[in-house]
Amino acid sequence: MSSPVFRGLAVAALAAAIPALPLAAQELRIGFASEPSSADPHFHNVGPNNQMRRNLFESLVGTDEAQQLLPLLATSWEPISDTAWQFNLRQDVTFSDGSPFDAHDVVYTVCRIPGVPDSPSLFTTYTGGIVDMEVPDPHTLIVHSAEPYPLMPTEFSTFGIISARANGVDGAAIEFSPDGCGDLNYPGTQAFNDGSAAIGTGPFLMESFRRGEGITLVRNPDYWGEPAAWERVTMLPLTSAGPRVAALIAGDVDLIENPPLQDLERLRSDDSLRVVQGISNRVIYIHLDHEQVPSPMITGTDGVNPLQDIRVREALSIAVNRDAIVERIMGGVAVSAGELLPPGMFGAHEEGDLPPQAFDAERAQALLAEAGYPNGFGITLGTPNDRYINDAQVSQAVAQMWSRIGVTTEIDASTASTFFSRRNAQEFSAYLAGWGAGTGEMSSPLRALLATRNPDTGMGGTNAGRYANPEMDAILMEALRTVDDAAREQLLRDASRMAMEDFAIIPLHYEVSPWAMVATVDYTPRADQYTLPYDVRPAQ
Amino acid sequence: MLVFLLRRLAQSVFVLIAMMIVVFFGVYMVGNPVDILISPDATPREIEETMARFGFDQPVHIQFLSFVGNALQGDLGRSFVHGESAVSLILSYMPATLELALLGLIFSVLIGVPLGVYAGYKADRWQGRAIMTGSIFGFSLPNFWVGMLFILIFAVELRWLPSTGRGDTVEVLGLRLSIFTADGLSHMILPALTLALYKASLVTRLARAGTQEALMQDYVKFARAKGLSETRILVVHVLKNIMIPIITVLGLELGSMIAFAVVTETVFAWPGMGKLLIDSILTLDRPVIVAYLMLTVIIFIVINLIVDVIYTLLDPRVRVKGEAA
Repeated sequence: MSSPVFRGLAVAALAAAIPALPLAAQELRIGFASEPSSADPHFHNVGPNNQMRRNLFESLVGTDEAQQLLPLLATSWEPISDTAWQFNLRQDVTFSDGSPFDAHDVVYTVCRIPGVPDSPSLFTTYTGGIVDMEVPDPHTLIVHSAEPYPLMPTEFSTFGIISARANGVDGAAIEFSPDGCGDLNYPGTQAFNDGSAAIGTGPFLMESFRRGEGITLVRNPDYWGEPAAWERVTMLPLTSAGPRVAALIAGDVDLIENPPLQDLERLRSDDSLRVVQGISNRVIYIHLDHEQVPSPMITGTDGVNPLQDIRVREALSIAVNRDAIVERIMGGVAVSAGELLPPGMFGAHEEGDLPPQAFDAERAQALLAEAGYPNGFGITLGTPNDRYINDAQVSQAVAQMWSRIGVTTEIDASTASTFFSRRNAQEFSAYLAGWGAGTGEMSSPLRALLATRNPDTGMGGTNAGRYANPEMDAILMEALRTVDDAAREQLLRDASRMAMEDFAIIPLHYEVSPWAMVATVDYTPRADQYTLPYDVRPAQ
Repeated sequence: MLVFLLRRLAQSVFVLIAMMIVVFFGVYMVGNPVDILISPDATPREIEETMARFGFDQPVHIQFLSFVGNALQGDLGRSFVHGESAVSLILSYMPATLELALLGLIFSVLIGVPLGVYAGYKADRWQGRAIMTGSIFGFSLPNFWVGMLFILIFAVELRWLPSTGRGDTVEVLGLRLSIFTADGLSHMILPALTLALYKASLVTRLARAGTQEALMQDYVKFARAKGLSETRILVVHVLKNIMIPIITVLGLELGSMIAFAVVTETVFAWPGMGKLLIDSILTLDRPVIVAYLMLTVIIFIVINLIVDVIYTLLDPRVRVKGEAA
């Protein structure tokens, strides 16, 4: 027992045996369903990374649970002309290395974004519209765009701010230009991962970032806002659902995201656990091929694409019993959808104004007959089988419902990595997929899924059904240029209604995201499905 | 001997090249990584630029040639997902897998050898038959299921051991290891046991066969005649003689334990190479997949080579055959 190893073991065992309640009470362990690919806030524009970055690097504008905008590093913002926004920045904020935060740091951040090496997905999506930035005084920032840009504050909520001074750059000397800001020194992605450049204004500091093993955060003692409730947060990547639930029940973690539906009942029945759930910004939909003649996976129509007929599209939509899918396949943990964004979010209709299409198989059959397909036709529905909650099962159910009205439907299910490549190559006549409105407003799904595809303007980027409706495009474009919120919201509603009445796409349901946790903590569900340790509270 | 080694090396290089071609084109055909990695909000122009950044806009044979060109200079590319060199990424996951495989190996010997020797000693009695029947479970139960069962019993119900993760680590000779901390070791027990179950059954069967054979040998009869205790005969004399084939087999199995601990690592969220491989396959991270499988091939080749060399050293008959050919 005298070897150093054994002595170490004995000490460790003893230390573990001494109860350290106050400390343990301030420690939070979270089991995550996915892992960020890097700690660099600008390396990869993807959910897990953006969720992680909010702990360390704050953005000018924040978003609340329903994705409404909140002041964060900017205390207020307003349009000062058709093409310029002014952001008034918070005073007395410092980065974790002690350097003060000011408008030059924002300019420096926007300068870094287009040039992050080896990035699989840049944030230029949100900064590409900026043509100039002005800093009249250190806590005022004026951002110019070429065209009216009502979404600018929303898009300033997507990227975290890094410090110019901490990276040896004199912020005041930066000459902003949309094509690059000259030869500035930027930290490498590796420097964020090893922690040396992980300098932000957020409520936490990064203690370690270890791929596969987890990330540890500690409270930022100098945070400008209410200090975090947790001295220490351990974020463990538990990517398989079963082991994630087991870890919660075994007491190895305090909170998990995305417990699988089949376990919710059991978790709810346990008094020492708490389950919360909230509607997300993600709609599950079926997109139809509006363009190709003949459409690749349709049989029995002599080369005609029946989906170009609005009566057929309506028939396919009302043949789907959405409530049955929600009830039986989603276990009640989903909400039937009438458009592409749930009620309560910006640009969506009020509850009941644009309700989900009611199930009516008889009328669907009549519509098919009217369209000239009394005996139906054959179609294959493409679907991923590991991307959305119960995606393949939902597709199976839709296939049965369609077959019942005479549209013989087969399923072509594949793993996400194959599915999305095939979908983008327009291999499917109909496919199931999901869309999360990153900006939390109706312009996001309309622009991506239904606007006429135009690679130059970036419209219709995920419109693999190639829906094209110039009238709707016009309303949408006007909305995207309207800075006044009330007017914009009305335009977005009009555009959405127009597309839904044209049966451009078949919305199925909105995903509801659950979280499970020990009863001693509480979390408010977020529409963006993020799990943010700062918002996890000790239960009352 | 030299001819034998050279021939072996030439074969290995051929296997490596074939592997590289198959994996590269296989992964290429599955899909386009940019389709999964890029934000759905990205504009078509950004998608094009990202494709160009990774070289996906080039025809596949050009992509392959530039990959081979870099590989010959020892560069297997950078991970699309992590932006880091694929090889250093894999190496950073390696210590976790190695220590898990090693502990698994130790468990399989500690469980398998005593059970096997005892089963051989009591071959015709119920104890021996019970052990042999039990070992069938070890062979046939799927790893995933066993892992979940262990978690349910030891972590969820009894709460003796943690269900997931790696626990505390310490740095030993520049490698971060769990095996030298109490907390880390407690995290290793369940995954190592899961990994060891199959090998332990294998060892049990080998040890039983060996023991049965050894018990009929003259030296055992002589030892008994000398009046040595049964325990001493088994532990000292029999054990020594049956260990050679067991070690040979375990040496080979170590390779598969390192390379294919995927399932166990996924169930226990153990941050080893197997988990990296699965994640990389799901995101079509081609450089990592190719580098991982090439590394696996190298591990197998090296282990096989070492085993062959040891054989020729231990057993003159192999050497003679090799020279005659």
